[in-house]
Amino acid sequence: MTGSLVLSRQALGYGDKVVLADVTFSLAPGERVVLLGRSGAGKSTLLNAVYRSIEREGRAIALVPQDHALVPQLSVHHNVYMGRLDRHGALYNLANLAWPWRVERDAVGAVLDLVGLAAEARRPVEALSGGQKQRTALARALFRGGDVLIADEPVTAVDPVQAARLMGVVRQRFATSVMALHDVDLALAHATRIVGIAQGRFVIDAPVADVSRRAIDDLYRAR
Amino acid sequence: MISIARASPGLRFTRGGIVAAFLVAGAVMLPFADLAVTGRDPWRELTGLFIGLVTPDFAAIEGLGFALATTLGFAIAAVAVGATTGLALAPFYHWGPIRAVCIAARSIHELFWALLLMQVYGISVATGVMAIALPYAGIFGKVFSEYLDEADRRPREMLGRDTDAISSFLYARLPLAMPEVRTYVLYRLECGIRSSAVLGFIGLPTLGFQLDTYFKQGDYQTVGAILILYFTMIGTIRWWFRWRWAVLYVASAVVALSLVASPPVGSGGLWRFLTSDIVPFPLRGADPTAWATWAAFGDWLRAIAIDAAIPGIIATLVVAQLALILTGLLALAAFPLIVPRVSGRVGSAAGHIGLVVGRSCPEYMLAYIFLQVLGPSMLPAILALGLHNGAIIAHLLGRQGEALCGRLRRDAPRGLDLYGYELVPRLYGSFLALCLYRWEIIIRESAIVGMLGVATLGFYIDNAVNELKLDQVAALLVATVLVTALVDWLSRSVRAAIGAARLSVSEQVCAR
Repeated sequence: MTGSLVLSRQALGYGDKVVLADVTFSLAPGERVVLLGRSGAGKSTLLNAVYRSIEREGRAIALVPQDHALVPQLSVHHNVYMGRLDRHGALYNLANLAWPWRVERDAVGAVLDLVGLAAEARRPVEALSGGQKQRTALARALFRGGDVLIADEPVTAVDPVQAARLMGVVRQRFATSVMALHDVDLALAHATRIVGIAQGRFVIDAPVADVSRRAIDDLYRAR
Repeated sequence: MISIARASPGLRFTRGGIVAAFLVAGAVMLPFADLAVTGRDPWRELTGLFIGLVTPDFAAIEGLGFALATTLGFAIAAVAVGATTGLALAPFYHWGPIRAVCIAARSIHELFWALLLMQVYGISVATGVMAIALPYAGIFGKVFSEYLDEADRRPREMLGRDTDAISSFLYARLPLAMPEVRTYVLYRLECGIRSSAVLGFIGLPTLGFQLDTYFKQGDYQTVGAILILYFTMIGTIRWWFRWRWAVLYVASAVVALSLVASPPVGSGGLWRFLTSDIVPFPLRGADPTAWATWAAFGDWLRAIAIDAAIPGIIATLVVAQLALILTGLLALAAFPLIVPRVSGRVGSAAGHIGLVVGRSCPEYMLAYIFLQVLGPSMLPAILALGLHNGAIIAHLLGRQGEALCGRLRRDAPRGLDLYGYELVPRLYGSFLALCLYRWEIIIRESAIVGMLGVATLGFYIDNAVNELKLDQVAALLVATVLVTALVDWLSRSVRAAIGAARLSVSEQVCAR
């Protein structure tokens, strides 16, 4: 296997519960990995572990968590801007909170254009629909940028056409990504490599061309 | 629901046992309580007051208008200063020294703060604003830090690791706690208006001062007008208060307060106060290595303990204990009044009005009015504290009862059967928790009403202030803080022992 080793023989879980017993995961630059599996299989657990591991290496990484982790009281602009809080000093950020800088408005606006939220920049996130919130979380990751994107079901709440378009945007912005998706067609169209998880282990881990539709269907079949 | 009687090692509390202990303590204290009605003609006073309320006279409106403006001005300015300070302290509340400062600030009542500050700044704007802002800053610091802790952590974890602490706080912590912060500030503004009105009783130009003046003149119709103005101001706060006008309110408060004449204050007053006035008399300029100094200090301490602190503490405990029992009885009897399934639609509407009046009238003002009617004894203080706190608890229990009614089985009883068989058993845990929670507050208030002439701690503190023995004032304040802290600790242990330690946030907001 080529690429840098991200996780080596690790047991992953939360609390005392082990979800994935013996995980070895590597990621090559340019790879687009999609995780498939039934809900509760351990996709989010794996994504979190991968995120922590890459972040610890100090590489530039962006994240779209499943629960969005937005600040409902702040505007869409501010939530997206939060992706780059660490690039500026406190005074600059404070000023931007009170009255967004022109240059930041434009930069955030460009990203909002990509996800179709340019008109909502000033609205508080709590006033948005579920799909708009999800796109705000995605916009924050796009605005943050970096070598790698980790995304947990980033397009569940938008329609299929828009989902495909957003995945195109993600491919443009991030050469490398690890993502959990539940739409198999979208996954096959987007991924370069598929990881299938069932019963606490990787059942599939292969380039997308080598994965049969039947093997994927088996993932979702009841035990 | 809350579990019944959790065993703690070696000691076993039951709810029945706790209630019995409180009742027995009350019965033991009853013979020591001075419950005489000493007023010359209480009925005439009472009817006079009633007629005044029904036929209020707003002729003195000019003076009243100014008192109304300053009452609001002091409240708004003090809450603004207190909330800002509290917000600045909240992120550091876990740090011991900051917490200690907050606890010290809030364990001294606004009126006591005012008495102390008057010694330095006279009857002035600074005294009024700081008397409220200081204890409130301590309360805000604690409450805001809880809100910040409870806020969603996920957005913060999303930020890049190099994000500085200030940006992280302003973007990913403060906005998440803001809804609770706003609700609490508004609630505190209501408390601030009450505190501000009450400061008038010790000379600041707020509604309390007007009330005192007209009461002493026997002008009950103007007294009625003042009370009506006051209740209207408190009762309509949710209609006139808008967050987007906050700056305007603060600006108006500054304008209103700028019209208050403040006496000139000599420089160095604060320094003299801190380094000389409140230092125990035998220690001032004395040789700290000499045996005689400390012997004299011991005598000084003993004299304060015997002449003031111990009798004051006993009276405070007696008043508080009896007031607590009255609070409990009233709360249990009154909460069904606002549950429509028990008291009917008309009855519950009337019940709401009664409880709103009982709740929004500050206990100090109630005690003042009762004292005018019944004459000086512990009775007016106990009645006032029982009525005010009973109304607060009844209001909270009634709301819970109303919520319960929505979830009852279809064939549940109505009226008194519902009250006895469904509501009281189900709400009994909350009832005890709320009473225990209020206990500490009742102790604090019992000490304060002493300033009206009932011989609790406040009485001795007021006397010492009048005699300008500020070192004694400081010692008695320390005694008050210790008694309050002791009761706070007792209340928390008992609540933990009966498994009623935690109140919901909304209960805490209202029960504080």
